[in-house]
Amino acid sequence: MPAESKTATYICRGCTLGERLDTDHLVQVAQSECGSHLAKSHDYLCGRHGVELIQNDIDNEGVTHVVIGACSRRSKTEAFGFGTVAVARANLREGVIWSQPDLAETREATQEMADDYVRMACAEIKFMQQPAVNRERGANRRILVVGGGVSGISAALGAARAGYEVLLVEKTDALGGWASTFHRKLPDREPYARFRENGMDDLINQVETSTHITVFLNATLSRTSGAPGQFSVDIATRGGTASTENVGAIIQATGFSRYDARQLPELGYGKSADVVDQAQLEEMARKSNGRGLVRPSDGGAVESVVFVQCAGQRSDKPGHLSYCSGYCCNVSIKQAMYFKDQNPQTDTNIVYTDLRAPGNGEDFYRAAQLKGVAFTNGSVDQVTVDGDRLAIQFRDEILDREEVIHADLVVLATGQVPNSGIDISAEPAGEAGSVHGGQARVPVDSILNLDYRQGPDIPHLKHGFSDSHFICFPYETQRTGIYACGPVRRPMDIAQSVEDATGAAMKAIQAVEGAASGRAAHPRSGDLSYPSFRREGCTQCKRCTVECPFGAIDEDENRYPVFNESRCRRCGTCMGACPVRVISFENYSVDSVGQQIKAIAIPDEFEDKSRILILACENDAYPAMDMAAQNRFEYNAFVRVIPIRCLGSVNQIWVTDALNAGFDGVMLMGCKKGEDYQCHFVRGSELAHERMGKIADTLSQLQLETERVEVHEVEITDIHRVPQLINDYAATVDGIGPNPFRGF
Amino acid sequence: MMTEMVASNETILVIGGGISGMTAALEAAECGKEVILIEKNPSLGGRISQLYKYFPKLCRPSCGQEINLRRIKANRRLRVITMAEIVKLSGSAGDYAATIHIHPRYVNENCTACGACADAVVSEIRDPHNYGMSPVKAAYLPNNMAYPQRYVLDPSIIGTEEAENARAACPVDAIDLDQKAQTIHIRCGAVIFATGWRPYDASRIEPYGYDRYPDVVTSAELERMMDPFGPTGGKLVRPSNGEDARNIAFIQCAGSRDRNHLPHCSRICCMASLKQSTYLSEQFGEDADASATIYYIDIRTIDRFEDFEQKVRQDRKVRFVKSKVASIAQDPESGKPVCRGVDTHGYDRYENVHDLVVLAVGMEPGLDLGSILDTGHGVALDTGGFIELDDANDGVFGAGCATNPLDVNRSVQSATAAALRAIQVVNRVSAS
Repeated sequence: MPAESKTATYICRGCTLGERLDTDHLVQVAQSECGSHLAKSHDYLCGRHGVELIQNDIDNEGVTHVVIGACSRRSKTEAFGFGTVAVARANLREGVIWSQPDLAETREATQEMADDYVRMACAEIKFMQQPAVNRERGANRRILVVGGGVSGISAALGAARAGYEVLLVEKTDALGGWASTFHRKLPDREPYARFRENGMDDLINQVETSTHITVFLNATLSRTSGAPGQFSVDIATRGGTASTENVGAIIQATGFSRYDARQLPELGYGKSADVVDQAQLEEMARKSNGRGLVRPSDGGAVESVVFVQCAGQRSDKPGHLSYCSGYCCNVSIKQAMYFKDQNPQTDTNIVYTDLRAPGNGEDFYRAAQLKGVAFTNGSVDQVTVDGDRLAIQFRDEILDREEVIHADLVVLATGQVPNSGIDISAEPAGEAGSVHGGQARVPVDSILNLDYRQGPDIPHLKHGFSDSHFICFPYETQRTGIYACGPVRRPMDIAQSVEDATGAAMKAIQAVEGAASGRAAHPRSGDLSYPSFRREGCTQCKRCTVECPFGAIDEDENRYPVFNESRCRRCGTCMGACPVRVISFENYSVDSVGQQIKAIAIPDEFEDKSRILILACENDAYPAMDMAAQNRFEYNAFVRVIPIRCLGSVNQIWVTDALNAGFDGVMLMGCKKGEDYQCHFVRGSELAHERMGKIADTLSQLQLETERVEVHEVEITDIHRVPQLINDYAATVDGIGPNPFRGF
Repeated sequence: MMTEMVASNETILVIGGGISGMTAALEAAECGKEVILIEKNPSLGGRISQLYKYFPKLCRPSCGQEINLRRIKANRRLRVITMAEIVKLSGSAGDYAATIHIHPRYVNENCTACGACADAVVSEIRDPHNYGMSPVKAAYLPNNMAYPQRYVLDPSIIGTEEAENARAACPVDAIDLDQKAQTIHIRCGAVIFATGWRPYDASRIEPYGYDRYPDVVTSAELERMMDPFGPTGGKLVRPSNGEDARNIAFIQCAGSRDRNHLPHCSRICCMASLKQSTYLSEQFGEDADASATIYYIDIRTIDRFEDFEQKVRQDRKVRFVKSKVASIAQDPESGKPVCRGVDTHGYDRYENVHDLVVLAVGMEPGLDLGSILDTGHGVALDTGGFIELDDANDGVFGAGCATNPLDVNRSVQSATAAALRAIQVVNRVSAS
């Protein structure tokens, strides 16, 4: 702590803290024992006078570090957010008096708890600084959009209209992508009964006339490096020219490839020119230019057409897509309307299992029924050539029998396959063709060519899509400042892609503004701290660079970590990983937590009550405990809880320090791990489980029981469960007896 | 007491504090914009705060809510006004005037949520958080995650001795019984309507007897029943007699895809019922003697939700019947609801007795915009009353379920897009 720092501790007597606790003693603990320069108590600290008291000490007494002994850090956050000073909160209300019984015989234990929380906050504040803004931050506000289809164009226009400069890179020789090839588009507004002009010429024109957008055609990214606010990208054009540009954020709108219908010979594709996919039918409709749709094989009239839904989709057969592409029912409805509009006598039949026209698509569906389009509930097994016609064999689900119908043309409703680049998590060899339920993979080129240590593209999630795993925060990719949108995230139609791209442009703008002011991106938005590391202590073990969930850390030529601060999300996973403890944040460090553990008073003598340390994820487990207290659910008085940013930030030294200090047990509470993980930092809980698995060996070597360290998955709604979990664990630890290291 | 809001034509006003409104407000504020977020209820959170789990991950809505609340607490550019409703909007892009009606809470900013007022009050009201299915004290914290974390006094006790008792019990002078409804005006450059949805009134689907049979509930109500803090303490039971509800029917498209009710498909209900079918295993065990019957027209689990449908189809407790249930009757002996109809697959008539029937009710827009906007000030609405994207809307944008029936993920996308559109307007203002 710098010499000019001055700590003040304020103990609240409100919310019955003054009645339940000896607050004078807490003041004394802060001042005499912990060396707080000032220590005061107040009847109602979060009230106007209380806050003024603190503000006055900051303004006139030179207070730089504030300890608040009152309610949980989740309560009255605004009142105690002074902005200019570091603040530590001792949770005396939810953490002590609301979770402990109000009985004469428990008063002493309750007071000990409060004393400890004041000690812990005083210890924490000694190792906290109000973060200074990172001087290495970049302030480039240009947005790079990769992909010139409707998603990329919408993202580019979205950012440009907000006044941001945009570089739009398109691989082919023209903007527009798939959407431009569509004869008509699905209705995205009233009247929903009717398809619409595709509107792409207008959008392309807006791009070309925008003074804010620079378009690169025939261009790809050959290299991407840097961080939000300071990315450097090499744009290579097919002609061989390359230019290096600096941008602040990147939007990946690389869209989809159509599913290769040649993988569906059973549906007649490749066996007859009159079996086409939806994209081909769009092209036929566009090229027919009003002259009427005809059979590709002989130019003959189409008197009957059958649409086969879910062709190669919703299927676990090898080479098929296991997912539903979502838009294909509506597209078949639209295409059936092309035929009905051309000749109402055309026999149009859509064979489907579930007709999926969500939202106002219902109107569109109804309109097709009114036009006489037939909808048959069934699944097609086979399409064969029968003379100059096609025979469609299917199971009629209504009549519950096999049926055969004949048609002049068959349209296969195949799905979208995302253009998401290289799967950086895939096994290098052998596994490439065995994506779960997915299509066989062919080697692909990288899209971003990131020079990141963790690989050249953003991680894929299910089925090769670059989606996030979050319901609440769909744009959070695992590469800060790079946002995916459109069908690369999940199958989408045009309207959804436009909306998604507009949202991605919002996030990109936010990323450049955040980077320019040194603020962290979601979920610790606004945090000005960033990781710093002591190079001389580093053993180049690479754990931090490997385990960073956001690929923020690279390695230099000497294998030292290179922290790209603007890529960092401030979860502290690197800090938890570091075996030599050289990584820290100004407001969160091995010391800011470790010293709290050491500050806790543990009686030397073995007594009957086990002492337990709980390291709780601040987003889920800690709020669950707060809410349990709010409901006055009580738990063991001999636990001490420290909220942590993420279980991934837990350094093993905290656990060994706790055991050395005499704690009888350590509980780690984090989020759900695994495929449906709920950790907002992706792998925090997972990593903690792995690391604590290794601690078990150490415990055995020390002849300590492995139960002395436990990791639990706790949900924020575990309000009833958390007190029970704590009490059960306390009973377990009581059962195995005191830590033999106590008092050493 | 607030009568004027300091705001300018570069301020973005967001109406509605559910997931969409919070998202739109936060995304804009974290971009450096001044934002005012108004919410008609005493707490932010909206419908998601009443959900037990999200599909498809079966995770908890309050997990993301905690992060959003932390973002709100940390952001000084975002101001929140609760118990506030917009009553009029006039002006044009870059220069709007919104008239906001604020209902009295009778509890001011001094409140520490200590609960002393609730201890002093005996009267109970129907708990709005639980759709009125259970009582709550007339001095109450709206829910465990309530933000602002501040109690509310129900108007029904104002003027009574109980209210005085509550005031006397409060150690920090937080109870203000003289609070009156007030009207404020907010100047702003762009407006985002994130006014969400309401469940279609199930009693209007006459043949289903929602208002006649206690064991017929809505999907929204079932979410509350699963919550340990809900009306049944987290138990799946028959509301009529408290017995286990082990045989549950889900009726899809209850009020949706029906020209007599809502012509549109409400999109979320298939996934909602599939999700709710997993509650049986959660409640009674994987191998329990329990069953869910899903009566459907089409199962619409698009894109990656397909995985979830396939997973549910593996569960032998869950049965799918392709049928629009014709009517619900009551079994004269057991008093249980009976679903009647014809199974489209095979044309078999059925009469199935269930412990509980859950109506997967559709989504209607939460706010009738027509009454708020100046006449001649067209905001394009579709026939269902949802806000369309239209240049003629000028500086007014919809977000989330105000634009279409959307799930949470899509609502957040929509709200993020709406934030950018609003920023485009106010950036034009600041540039000019």
